[in-house]
Amino acid sequence: MTSPLVTFDGVVKRFGDFTAVQRLDLTIDAGEFVAIMGPSGCGKTTTLRMLAGLDQPSEGTIHIDGQLMNNVGPHKRDTPLVWQSLALFPFLNARENVEFGLKMRNQGAKERRDKAMDWLERLGVAEFSERNVETLSGGQRQRVALARSLVTEPRLLLLDEPLSALDAHLVIRMQSVLTRLQRELGITFVYVTHSQSEAFAMADRVVIMSNGEIAQVGLPRDIYREPANQFVAEFVGRNNIIIGNITGNENGNLAIQAPDGLFTVTDYERVKNVNDEATFVIAADLVTVSRTPAESENTVSCTLISEEFIGSVVTLFLETKQGTEFKVQLQERELITLDHTAGGAFYLSWKTADAHLLPG
Amino acid sequence: MIVQRLINWSLRGYVLLLFVFIFSPILFSVVFSFNSARFPTIPLESFTLHWYKTIWNDPDVWTAARNSLIVSACTSVLATFLGFCTAYSDYRYNFRFKSAYLALVLLPPTIPLIIMALAMLAWFSKIGASGQLWSIIIAHSVLTAPFAMAIIRLRLNQMDKDLESAAWNLGASEWRTMREVILPFCKPAIISALFLTAAVSFDEFAIAWFVSGLNKTIPVLILEIVQGNIDPQVNAIGTFVFLVSMTLVIVAQIFFTLRAGKMMS
Repeated sequence: MTSPLVTFDGVVKRFGDFTAVQRLDLTIDAGEFVAIMGPSGCGKTTTLRMLAGLDQPSEGTIHIDGQLMNNVGPHKRDTPLVWQSLALFPFLNARENVEFGLKMRNQGAKERRDKAMDWLERLGVAEFSERNVETLSGGQRQRVALARSLVTEPRLLLLDEPLSALDAHLVIRMQSVLTRLQRELGITFVYVTHSQSEAFAMADRVVIMSNGEIAQVGLPRDIYREPANQFVAEFVGRNNIIIGNITGNENGNLAIQAPDGLFTVTDYERVKNVNDEATFVIAADLVTVSRTPAESENTVSCTLISEEFIGSVVTLFLETKQGTEFKVQLQERELITLDHTAGGAFYLSWKTADAHLLPG
Repeated sequence: MIVQRLINWSLRGYVLLLFVFIFSPILFSVVFSFNSARFPTIPLESFTLHWYKTIWNDPDVWTAARNSLIVSACTSVLATFLGFCTAYSDYRYNFRFKSAYLALVLLPPTIPLIIMALAMLAWFSKIGASGQLWSIIIAHSVLTAPFAMAIIRLRLNQMDKDLESAAWNLGASEWRTMREVILPFCKPAIISALFLTAAVSFDEFAIAWFVSGLNKTIPVLILEIVQGNIDPQVNAIGTFVFLVSMTLVIVAQIFFTLRAGKMMS
């Protein structure tokens, strides 16, 4: 059993009256790829900056590799950060940028040069080594910034929304570069992002933050299919959230009376009782839509409000008589059989097993 | 269409007139410095280097030139150092009364020169430091440091806020970051500030006249010559001063805009 590489223990960070992070407890194992995700202002970047020593916790402790890091200055840590702005030094060329960390460690010129060239080579930008970084493209600059952070062979790499300035097709390419590097080097990545697709595509484990607190920690799939609370359910994916009262409980199969009808949800944890309020979630891609009333225990009828076409997948936005909005995701080619432009009623249904009851 | 063209041409004419207005006196001074006549009258007499030979052989001119060069060189270094420190403290730190601090720092050039010169003289004689070359240097540094600060501050404001943190993050201490990141980034502005403050100090008369005592600088010497009689030597010295100042200002401008242009592209 190895001890965790990073431990946050009751960490609080205040800036004047504003509390950016409140009581953060989190451990990160060596070799893990962890993504911290949340809306802007949720405290994810502050968390990362505390790891780099750029901000110091107001309360609590941070350990890296078993060592207490509170009050250890940023330059005394080996926690390179890949900045959202990249923060390449404009007065140095690409190779000199990569050499910077080695120079600060007082390594010889020859050694620095060899290592820098090696990393530029590895990231496929060796041909630009003598170019001014301001003349490079976004993707090339990104690779130089990565090389600059990795050249000192750290155990922990911090990334602060590094792909947010790139074009969509480059983001996908850089994602695979990052995951490949992380696997090959076996170092720990802590990756801060607001993008669900980046977090889910790359991370072993995802931390969702909201208002300075952890809303959920888990595997990407678990967070996607089994959100722990309403915030995560709304923030992640396309979920339909239904709130109602429990009117019956048969071996954990709850009957829930909601404004739009009576639904069945399984309470695997057995935490709910009759007359409790219950919230459950049904993901937009698990809803079946048809033009005729469906034979199912969970069904509602709606009218179509709008649709969102993003390629192979289409999201339909529908509304019940009670004014509840439902989202349904389906393949673009399925749309044709629905004759969806004709107006009239749509019938939504889902399997009880696909509905997810929110605990608490 | 025609109106547009008319406006364009009149604007061009206006700019041209402006330059004529500014530069023709200087041009006359240059022309008369090569004229053999004792009085600046037209038509011109013959071409001569006589006035240049006179000042070349005048030890007073040499002493004054030496004084001016020492004063402007020392002033530019001192003022640029002070300017950099204030600009950096403004960039890096937030504190109460910061706007008051900035206003105070930028104040000296707004004080009428004659008032400042008198105040300096009174102050220096009080502490027994008047009439020295370095009293002019101190006084000029006070006057020109705000210019240096303004130039360097402009450059620092272009700097990515993360650059300094990025250097710390890569293992550089605060001092090392200053040497490896902040100073290299500000280099064009620092060079520009060095030249500009040198130019201002080289030309400055009022403070130098009050504070200098027996250590005359070139502008003080010019006044003394003119006070005595009409002497075309002044035109020769003037031409020399003009060339030095213009060179300094142009070099300052080149360093400043070269970098700014690069940032744009």
